[in-house]
Amino acid sequence: MNLEALRGKLTYQAALLGAFALLTSGALALASKVTSPAIEAATAEDLKQSLTQVLPGQYDNDLSKDTLALPGPDGDVTVYRARKGSQVVAVVFRVQGRGYAGPVVSMMGVGRDGHILGVRVISHKETPGLGDKIEPAKDKWIFAFDGKSLGEPPSDKFAVRKDGGVFDQFAGATITPRAVVNSVKGGLEFFGREKARLLDEAVQDGQ
Amino acid sequence: MSTDYARISRDGLWDNNVVFAQMLALCPTLAVTGTATNGLGMGLATTAVLTVSNILISAIRKLVSPDVRIPVYVVVIATLVTLVDMALNAWVHQLYKVLGLFIALIVVNCAILGRAESFASKNAVLPSAVDGLMMGLGFTAALVALGGVREILGSGTLFAQAHLLLGESFAFLEMTIIPGYKGYLLMILPPGGFLALGFLLAGKRVLDRRRTERAARLVAEPSVA
Repeated sequence: MNLEALRGKLTYQAALLGAFALLTSGALALASKVTSPAIEAATAEDLKQSLTQVLPGQYDNDLSKDTLALPGPDGDVTVYRARKGSQVVAVVFRVQGRGYAGPVVSMMGVGRDGHILGVRVISHKETPGLGDKIEPAKDKWIFAFDGKSLGEPPSDKFAVRKDGGVFDQFAGATITPRAVVNSVKGGLEFFGREKARLLDEAVQDGQ
Repeated sequence: MSTDYARISRDGLWDNNVVFAQMLALCPTLAVTGTATNGLGMGLATTAVLTVSNILISAIRKLVSPDVRIPVYVVVIATLVTLVDMALNAWVHQLYKVLGLFIALIVVNCAILGRAESFASKNAVLPSAVDGLMMGLGFTAALVALGGVREILGSGTLFAQAHLLLGESFAFLEMTIIPGYKGYLLMILPPGGFLALGFLLAGKRVLDRRRTERAARLVAEPSVA
């Protein structure tokens, strides 16, 4: 049959579109099946990296499996718990503050005694060269949180200098460090509020 | 019918360059070229998609009715981009973290649909593949040039973090052009993209005009020698 004549027919065109939709979605389904284990592994590796960065201490369990979901400062927070033996020695969770150009998301690790083990910003859209000093690759600023806890400095001093607190801001960028400081303070308050549950070895998700 | 591959290559790389002559694909161009490395990565990913899409579109060009060609092309291109996106995420995850946001942008890169429509749908598979490759390389060159200018002026480095893109063996590409440079923020931010693109475009115009003038002079006064 003549292809030229066939191409003008409505049924041919409909069948052609249908065939392409079928072929391409088949290809995508196949590719998704092939790549999904590798993608999951990579995502898990990312999570593990961000967890270990804020957790310098020693622990012997798989953090990503030992989780608790609790209502936090902004919605439900997934808390990862580090154990040594059976005792919970530290917890890691995400906090989020509003920066200059969108949310600034950080991971923070808090020890059993309430001291901050480490804070790392994991995603932000702040101005390069001004606000991005919150990244450890650019500046040491983020390490100022290490060892701090609620009450040390006192609650009203847990802020950037411009707000009467103890944490430096950057020249030309106050909003970004303020977002991080306030979200970390929120995280510590969350820890204080939920301490009993967070550190209770018996409490487990799904039990 | 013989095909002039030299012509196709010159078109793709210079005369009809996607960015500098056709002025297409300016959205990804301006968005990713904060560093030369980002430009290179985006350019190479686009080249891959463009070449394969040209081959596929050319192979099916006799089957596709003109009336429904655009939806068919769009579906094919979108599928290709999604495949590249998944493959990068799965097997080159470090690079995906740098470029991931931009890969999805390739699907809206009008240069790809443009080449499908204006070249691949009218030409045989081999010339279409060459056209896709050359257009892609021209696009890559434009992005690297723009990224290089912005990176040198903006942060004083060139090809920073190239090892993430190309592997450790390419770490030698990472150069500090201006040591102790404090950086010039404007060039990294979007306005710097527009400024640098404007100057590069002007530069290409000057070069092209000199070339035509020289050619005209050679015709007017035949060589004395």
